[in-house]
Amino acid sequence: MRLPPQPRERIDRSSRVLFTFDGKPAGGYPGDTIGSALYASGQRIFSRSFKYHRPRGLLCCSGHCPNCMLTVDGVPNVRVCVEPIRAGAVVEPQNVWGSLDRDLLAITDKIGGPFTPVGFYYRTMIRPRRLWPLYEKVLRNLAGLGRVRDDRNGHRRYDVEHRRARALVVGGGSAGRTAALAAANLGGGVVLVDEGAHLLGAELEGVEVLAPARALGIWEGNLVPVDAGDVLYRFRAERIVVAAGAVDQPLVFPGNDLVGVMLPGAVRRLVRDFSIRPGSRAIVLAADERDLEVADELRDTGVVVSRAVNLADVPLAEIEAHGRHGEVRAVTLEGRTVDCDLVVASAGRQPAYSLLAQAGGRVDYDSARGIFVPGELPAGVEAVGSVTGEGCRTANPLRSSDGKGRHDKSFVCVCEDVTTKDVARAIGEGFDSIELSKRYTTVTMGPCQGKLCQLASIRLYARTTGIDEGAVGTTTARPPWAPVELGLLAGRHFEPARRTALHFRHEEAGAPMQWAGPWKRPYAYGEHPEDEVRAVHESLGVIDVSTLGKLLVEGPEAAAFVERLYPNRFADLRSGRIRYAVLTSDAGRIMDDGTIARLADDLYYVTTTSTGADSVLAWFEWWNAVWGYEAEIVNVTGALAALNLAGPRSREALGRLVEDPDDVSAEAFRYLDAKELDVAGVPCLALRIGFVGELGYELHFPSPAGEHLWDRLVVEGARPFGLEPQRILRLEKAHIIVGQDTDSESNLLSAGMPWLPKLDKDDFVGKFALEHFAEREERERLVGFTMEEDTLPAEGAQIVVEGYPAGRVTSARRSEAVGQVIGLAWVTSERTEPGTRFEIRVDRRLVGARVAHGAFFDPAGERMRA
Amino acid sequence: MSFLLGCPFCGPRPVDEFACFGEATRRPEGSPSLRELTDYVYFRDNVAGLQREWWQHRAGCGEWFLAERDTRTNEVLDVSLPQPERRGVRPVGSDPPASGGAG
Repeated sequence: MRLPPQPRERIDRSSRVLFTFDGKPAGGYPGDTIGSALYASGQRIFSRSFKYHRPRGLLCCSGHCPNCMLTVDGVPNVRVCVEPIRAGAVVEPQNVWGSLDRDLLAITDKIGGPFTPVGFYYRTMIRPRRLWPLYEKVLRNLAGLGRVRDDRNGHRRYDVEHRRARALVVGGGSAGRTAALAAANLGGGVVLVDEGAHLLGAELEGVEVLAPARALGIWEGNLVPVDAGDVLYRFRAERIVVAAGAVDQPLVFPGNDLVGVMLPGAVRRLVRDFSIRPGSRAIVLAADERDLEVADELRDTGVVVSRAVNLADVPLAEIEAHGRHGEVRAVTLEGRTVDCDLVVASAGRQPAYSLLAQAGGRVDYDSARGIFVPGELPAGVEAVGSVTGEGCRTANPLRSSDGKGRHDKSFVCVCEDVTTKDVARAIGEGFDSIELSKRYTTVTMGPCQGKLCQLASIRLYARTTGIDEGAVGTTTARPPWAPVELGLLAGRHFEPARRTALHFRHEEAGAPMQWAGPWKRPYAYGEHPEDEVRAVHESLGVIDVSTLGKLLVEGPEAAAFVERLYPNRFADLRSGRIRYAVLTSDAGRIMDDGTIARLADDLYYVTTTSTGADSVLAWFEWWNAVWGYEAEIVNVTGALAALNLAGPRSREALGRLVEDPDDVSAEAFRYLDAKELDVAGVPCLALRIGFVGELGYELHFPSPAGEHLWDRLVVEGARPFGLEPQRILRLEKAHIIVGQDTDSESNLLSAGMPWLPKLDKDDFVGKFALEHFAEREERERLVGFTMEEDTLPAEGAQIVVEGYPAGRVTSARRSEAVGQVIGLAWVTSERTEPGTRFEIRVDRRLVGARVAHGAFFDPAGERMRA
Repeated sequence: MSFLLGCPFCGPRPVDEFACFGEATRRPEGSPSLRELTDYVYFRDNVAGLQREWWQHRAGCGEWFLAERDTRTNEVLDVSLPQPERRGVRPVGSDPPASGGAG
């Protein structure tokens, strides 16, 4: 099958490259593609079609059509006609039951008829409705492309690289190369992208060549993603030169998908690049003189060309191909049948304008030449070569066999197996615009993305409806212009998480880590979170609260700034004192909560929730961009670690770690005091707050000292407790969790904190809204409740009063210290009096609960003030 | 959305480095009526055309600034640092650097 050495061949005959195809040894030369090597060794059937499982062979040989898609080394849908040969590759057929030559599913082509018209399963498999999942599963197995390998461990690594280019040239044909060299003469920064591997070594002085690589689209701001296999380049180009060329258009006639029916470009490539004689008896149906030359090239290689017709001069109305076992054997041209094993059929060349249209360029129909050509282009985008329409024209691609008798199918779209009948039927059913018809028939939606079928479908549409092609118009060009692996778009597989300075201590202790916003936090250190709760109540516990947001606000106007940002007062907070703080928006909604300590006249230390740190920082900075107070905001969230030491023994434990135990005495370090302390040699900001309702101290200190201080506290007898015990402890105190117990509708009045906002302040964010809220009755309020029996309702469980929904549970836990199941819930306003009974839906029954106000445990707060 | 936006400090950068805070609004003063308040909190002009909006270079220098953007074309005609309410109190950069023009 190989010809003697040809002048322009790309193969190197001095060595062989071996691989396997369908389990059998196969081989070719360096420079071959997998497709050319298989073709040279006599393989004709490369795939089975999407729906009918008809045998398919090489058609375009340029990486556009789906006909040569095989699975290579486990990667499905590889177009082997452009995939460079490589030693040891494992090439396998796909979408086949049996073998490529005998595919059992080809029965769908034979029984076809009433079962497989376009959209048939939407109509025929509606009832019974519950069987649809089964139908879908069967259909998915019958139709389709290759299978994605379920290989979680062996996944490839993909990367993204951001690049800039002065000029990015898409397409390495002669026009593209000329444009690239011209651009390079004006200076550097010129990149040329081409699909073919052979351009790699091309001599283009001053031009960086990326090949094989594919430009996927042109986005806003001249952004061009380029798929280079394992790397996605995101190019920003000052100039984009599109030299995407033109695409051979298939001729549509009965049997036009038989193996052996090829486009002229494919035959040229097989002969010139790979020195293959593509057949023995050929018929050439050309759209112009250029394509007709293929007949001479074939003759030169010893192929008998039985007939060569230029359809522009001899417009044959009837063409039909006949085959055996899916391979072409003869062609009937207006009644005369000629034997052949190769049909070179072309409807001409259509400019590949897609990228230009994506960039915002106009596309017009040129009726004289029968092609769609790019019109006005946006600034910064140019077109050169055939993509402008230069040297392109098409003949009418549609050749009908409207005569009597049975005829084979005429395919408009080989990707999705859509025939002329399907399109005509869709139009008949009322899908009377090209965009609707596209969605219904899926023509242009297959792997070629319309490169080979858009023109024919528009022509067919125009002929059927009597509207001219220009008025029918094209469907919207969308990225990706070339097929791309999803992995490349997804990028490298990683999920960033923030870890505290104590992360490894938690892991060593065997604590399961869970997400808390961007952070990983320990759930608990053992099977029984209630043991950790008990330790805090009875003795001493320590929790890593480094995830809290931490901001410093400093400056002569820091006080005025904080005062205006928060609903309660901070200007009158004395240095060394702490206050609870809730941030509200101007809509009066609760955004975040935490504590604020005043460290000096001009310095505040603000803590936020773990998940709210970033948005609170942005919020602070935005308001100060609006107001312009002389105050600076510094985010020290990551710089400082924080530990909360809690429990009745916390004072004595802390006393042992400071130089003078009197510094932490009840008198010297009162509830809600903030002071600087050296603890175990670490300079700390110590805040005495009732975080979990027990006597407790929160130590904020430089992160690097995290493990040191943690270890010392543990040696002093502090039992580590995790997030779950913390939730129980805080719920016992009826502390709310912003975002858990509140939502975007909650305000300070309805969430049970009417004492917090100081409406007599001149201004604060949310003041106007709170004033209006104060004038009306809230529909719902947040209240505490205790369950009448030992049943734990789900968070989100419905509250029922006299058979009607009357609220929802937001938090619920079993509390050993209270001896009951306790929780927080939103209930309608008339049900908020302490002791009011309502019912909560748990599983399928209703369980009684009663409203409780204030903390469930130690309501007077004596323990934390001790 | 893949256009370039000119940060007043960092120059033109891909828009995905920025966070958009929406239309620049005017906060009512004194004691607004419920209608004035809801207008300010909930209603936006949503123009098809030139819009003044807040942006933050969140994945960059962190600065908040105002941009004049054409919502139809994403063309950014101007970016500027805000003139705070309490003008003159804080030393605000007088003019954005030349590179901070429309992206």
